Parts: sequence; structure tokens; C-alpha cells
Amino acid sequence: MEKMPKWADVLLTPLISLVLAMAISALVILAIGESPALALTTMIDGALGSSYGWGFTLYYATNFIFTGLAVMVAYHASLFNIGGEGQAAMGGLGVALVLLSLPLPHWALALPAAMIGAALFGAAWALIPAWLQAKRGSHIVITTIMFNFIAAALLNYVLVNLLRPVGSMDPASARFPNETHLPKLSDMALSLGFEWGKNTPANISFFVAVAACVLVWLLIWRTRLGFEIRAFGKSEPAALYAGISPVRITIIAMLISGGLAGMMAINNVMGEAERLVLNAVEGAGFIGIAVALMGRNHPLGVFLAALLFGFLYQGGGELALWTSIPRELIVVIQALVILFTGALDNMVRGPLERMFMAMRKRGA
Amino acid sequence: MDLNTVLQILDSAVRLMTPLLLACLAGLYSERAGVFDIGLEGKMLMAAFTAASVAALTGNVWLGLIAGLAGSLALAAVHGAASITFRGNQLISGVAINFLASGLTVLLGQKIFGLGGRTPSLTPGAELDAQVTPFRAWLSGITGPDTAAALTATPRFGDITLPFADSLRGIPVVGPLYAEVISGHTILVYVAFLMVPLTWWVLYRTRFGLRLRAVGENPASVDTAGVSVTRLRFAAVAIAGLLCGLAGAYLATGLSAGFVKEMTAGRGFIALAALIFAKWRPWGALGATFLFGLLEAIANRYPNLDLGIVTVPSMFMNALPYILTVVILAGFVGRAVPPRAGGEPYVKER
Repeated sequence: MEKMPKWADVLLTPLISLVLAMAISALVILAIGESPALALTTMIDGALGSSYGWGFTLYYATNFIFTGLAVMVAYHASLFNIGGEGQAAMGGLGVALVLLSLPLPHWALALPAAMIGAALFGAAWALIPAWLQAKRGSHIVITTIMFNFIAAALLNYVLVNLLRPVGSMDPASARFPNETHLPKLSDMALSLGFEWGKNTPANISFFVAVAACVLVWLLIWRTRLGFEIRAFGKSEPAALYAGISPVRITIIAMLISGGLAGMMAINNVMGEAERLVLNAVEGAGFIGIAVALMGRNHPLGVFLAALLFGFLYQGGGELALWTSIPRELIVVIQALVILFTGALDNMVRGPLERMFMAMRKRGA
Repeated sequence: MDLNTVLQILDSAVRLMTPLLLACLAGLYSERAGVFDIGLEGKMLMAAFTAASVAALTGNVWLGLIAGLAGSLALAAVHGAASITFRGNQLISGVAINFLASGLTVLLGQKIFGLGGRTPSLTPGAELDAQVTPFRAWLSGITGPDTAAALTATPRFGDITLPFADSLRGIPVVGPLYAEVISGHTILVYVAFLMVPLTWWVLYRTRFGLRLRAVGENPASVDTAGVSVTRLRFAAVAIAGLLCGLAGAYLATGLSAGFVKEMTAGRGFIALAALIFAKWRPWGALGATFLFGLLEAIANRYPNLDLGIVTVPSMFMNALPYILTVVILAGFVGRAVPPRAGGEPYVKER
């Protein structure tokens, strides 16, 4: 018998966790002598009050959808991919190499090419940890952490020594050709005859991210491979007994996960910066963990949680601009969301389960 | 490369390995008891911040040290509650702790000092004096001005010259080695090195250590013997908190003079790597952290190391601890087997 109804499990527990995280964040704001109410209105105003704010919110959300889906797919195979940061960074390298070396005449051709480059590089960066986990039993969490640092060092080297244009002091690649620049959502709105989100980085990648949500849903719940991934994640011995190869599933799940994390680069590297810079990922790989946990490892949940974190990111930037609350407040909120939805899940769930059991007993 | 250069690099390696060693031993206690700890980084960062803040406000490094231990312990308590009491995912809890420390240190630092997340420099001067004055005035009301001035004049750990360092300097090789490399560090460096035999003794020669190791391999057997798994694991997590506190305090008040944003810079993860390298053993931890400290010292001194045939870029030297750890994890060079019950919350049989 289920301990509590499905709606409570899917909606109530993440909501209560979110409320707890927000309440503690409010206390932190009070502790540094600011008003939580003012902070909240500033954030809502700055992130959602104008199409300009929405343009940034959607841009950040696009990053977090990709990294959130990446963590989610691995999680269904009970693998904790903490390496989204490194995989997304390598995805950026893939995008840069494709766009700088192939003569692509139009963005409509450049986008799929860049997507392949990004996914390949991201997946390749996840392959070694996946292989080590599957074949040698090395813990994937530790190896993906190590690979984050190795990716950072490698990218630093490549940018400084190989991709940096002659005469430039900046550790960044050359600008991508003009023909490959992705259409911004603001341009698309203009061509439809209205003005929306002028000068914001939100671009067509947002729709790619939404499509990725649908595809991941299809993959996990409507395909044989998805079934195998979930079966493996729920019980390895049972999966083995059913003839599912743990090595194959571990590697495939991590390749998909790394590919999704790498795909983030079409948004931040190709869509926004239009060249590869140092630290382009800016922690989005780690936010993917919070997004997947908050979204209960379901694509719809990931989409909503990514929007929430997009709002927090843009709102947090506005906070730093208009109040004396530093931007790092978002990092605290992010930490609390991860803590309550991930690590302290049982603390929220236990009392709820008891409550529903008691209600059921009274009803019966 | 002459002897002097070698000695300087070794001296720098000893300084740089100290926070790694302390954090590595912290991870050792925790993971040997079956609690994964990827929050070493966060605990060190928090300790560095609280230690530097209190040292800057009181001018007394010992009060700073206590604050550092307390800051780290507070996060260890969160980790213990999440992973032992509520049987949550220990890895996720560690990730959360790292972010919590990274955000809170800047928020609080900006609130207290308004310097964009850093604390005032702990070198004597006007900036520091302005912070210490209120505390000194309050203290002199109790102890008198002279004692108060003396108590608030040491915001940092000073270097200790070991006995005979100068008189032994004349002996070839050994003399300078003693005077330059072994002598002349802060007290926390010596504490860190003493922790290695102490940890060995605790783990392998005491009843507590036996139980601690057992609880990381097979908690059910410890439970059957009538010993509380919960209490043992909390003890291990608390010890890890204290050691991370020492590591952070050393970073901010020994190695550098004050706290800056993100000053741990991945050291918690290098310590984690060293722990695997050491195969979860205390003497191994000493060797692994020395190796990683040495690598950092060499990378600092030679940004582009010229080996004659190839030039090794500093990025490679920085990444080497992580690459070596992956190689060790892969089991090609000696296998690293973690404690068997690591990462699994213990559910008592009903």
C-alpha cells in the first residue's frame, strides 16, 4: 500500500521543502539586516515584471533545463552525475571547434552541427567516468568531481594556448562567424510584429530545451531503453536477472546525461557569448542537481524547477543591483533547496506520511 | 637547481600540504565510519571565514581558532542530521554544504566588514586596528589596558622556530633541512603532522577505533554487539568537523592573513582525492598530501616547467592530483577499496 497519495508525493513534498528553504533564506536576509519582503518584490519585479526580465529568466532557465535533464537521466539509472559542470564546459569546446572550423553558411545549419559537437564532447567527457564505474567499480561521484577539475584545467590550457587569437590577451576564442549567430527570442518576436525582451540573451535554444524535455520523457517512460534504465536504477540484481547488462546501461545512461549537459553550450556559448570564454558554465552544472531534485526527476518538474532557478538567478542579479544584498544569496537558496529536497527529504516526508496514514485510518 | 631551491620548494610543500592533510584526515574519520563526506571543502571554507572574522574582530588568533572549529562543527552537525538522523543521501548533503558555505561566507562577510566578501587583512595596521578597537576597549574594562593590549595583539599564528635550528644550520644538508623545512612553521602545521600518528593510534589501537572501522564496514554487526551506530557515526562526523575547522583556520590565519572569497579553491576536493590515494589510511594520507602539496609548490614556482624535451604547462600540474586519483580509482596502479558500508544510511532492524 502506498503510504501517501501520489499528488502529495509529487506536489506537496517539494512544495514544503521549497517553503522551508525560502523561510530559512528569509531568516538569512533578516540576519544581514535587510527586509525579506523587499527582497522578494525586487526579485519578482526584476525577473518577471518586464519582458526584459523574462528574457534573462528564460535564458538562465534554458541552461538549467539541459543540466537538470542531465542529472535526471543519470539519476534514473541510480547514478549521481555531479560532473555536469565539466561536461557542459567540454560541450562549449565542442561548439567552438565546430563553429570555428566548419564553414557553415546559415544558423539553421550551424545549430544542428553545434548540437552534435556539444553533445559529443559532453558525452565523451562522461564516458570515462561511466566506463570506470561500469568496469572497474570506481565511484562515479568521485570520478565526475575529478573530471570537473580536469575539464577546467584543460579548457584553460586550450583557450590560452590554442584557441586564443593572435594578439589577444583575453583567454577566449575568436568570435564565431556572423552567419552562425542564433536568432534571439526578441528578434523572433519582432518578426512576428511585436516588441519583446529587447537586448536579452534568450534565444532559440529555449525551444530546443523544451523539445529535449519531451524527448527525455519519451525516452524514459515510453521506450525499451528507458525501461531498462529505470529497472537498473530501481534494482540492479533484478535488472541483471531480466537480462539487462549493467555495463551497457551505465555507459548509455551516462552518455545521454553527458550529452544533455554538453548541449547547454548551444545556449550560453553559441547563443549568448558567441565565442568560448573561460568559466562559461558559471555553476549551471551544479544547479542542475538542485533542479533535478526539486523537479522530482520528471521532465515537467525539471522544466518548472529550471524556470524557478532562472527566476532566482535573474532576481538575484537584480538584488545585487538595487539592494545591498550580495548575489551570493542565490547560492544560499540553492544550497537550501538541495538540502531540503535532497538530503533532508525524509525529514519532510516522515511527518507527512504519518499524517496521511492517520487520516486513512480515521477514514476507514 | 641547487639545494637552496629544493629546500624552498620543500618548505612551501609543507605549508601547502597542511590544510590538505587535516582535511584528508577529517574525511578519513568520516568515511571510515561509513559517512561519505564531499562537504570537506565547505566546512574548511566556513572555518576559514569564521576564524578570520573573529581574529579580525578580537585581534586574538586563539579565539579565531575556536570560532573556526565552531563554524565547521555547525556544518558537520547539518551533515550528521541529514545523513545519520534522517538517513538522507550523504553525497547530496555534502553538495548542499559546499554551496551553503560558499554563499553564507560572502553574505555574512559583506554584512560584517563590507569589503565585498573578504575580511580585513590580519597584518597589523590601521585597517585591522579599526576592527579590534571596540573589543580591546571592552576587554580593558575587565582586565586593564595592558593585558587587553597584549591579548589583542596576535591576529595570526606566528612561525615557531624549533630549538637548535640556528646552531644546527652548519651541518651539511641535515642542518639547513631542519632549519628551513622542519622548523619555522605555525603551530597548526605541527598539530597536523602529530594528527597522523594519533589517528593511526586511535583507529588501530583503541576500542573506539575498532568500532569506528567496524561501523564503516558492517554496521549491523556493531549494532548486534550493543553499540550505538548513530552515536559512533556522529562522533566520527564531529571529529571530521573539528579537523576541517583546523584546516580552515590554518588557511586563513596561518597560511594567509585573512579570508577571501572562495579561498579554499578546491582544496577540499584535493583532500578527497588524497584520501582515495591513501586508500583510507593515516600514513598514506601523509604521503598523498605531501605529494599533492609538492605538486602545488612546484606549479607555483615554475608556471611552465621546462623538462628539456617538453614544457609542462601549469594547468597540467594543477590537474595532476585529479588525474592521478582517477588512475588510482581505475585500479591500474594498486586498487583503492573504500569502506564497504560507505554512503549507506543504517536502518536498525525491527
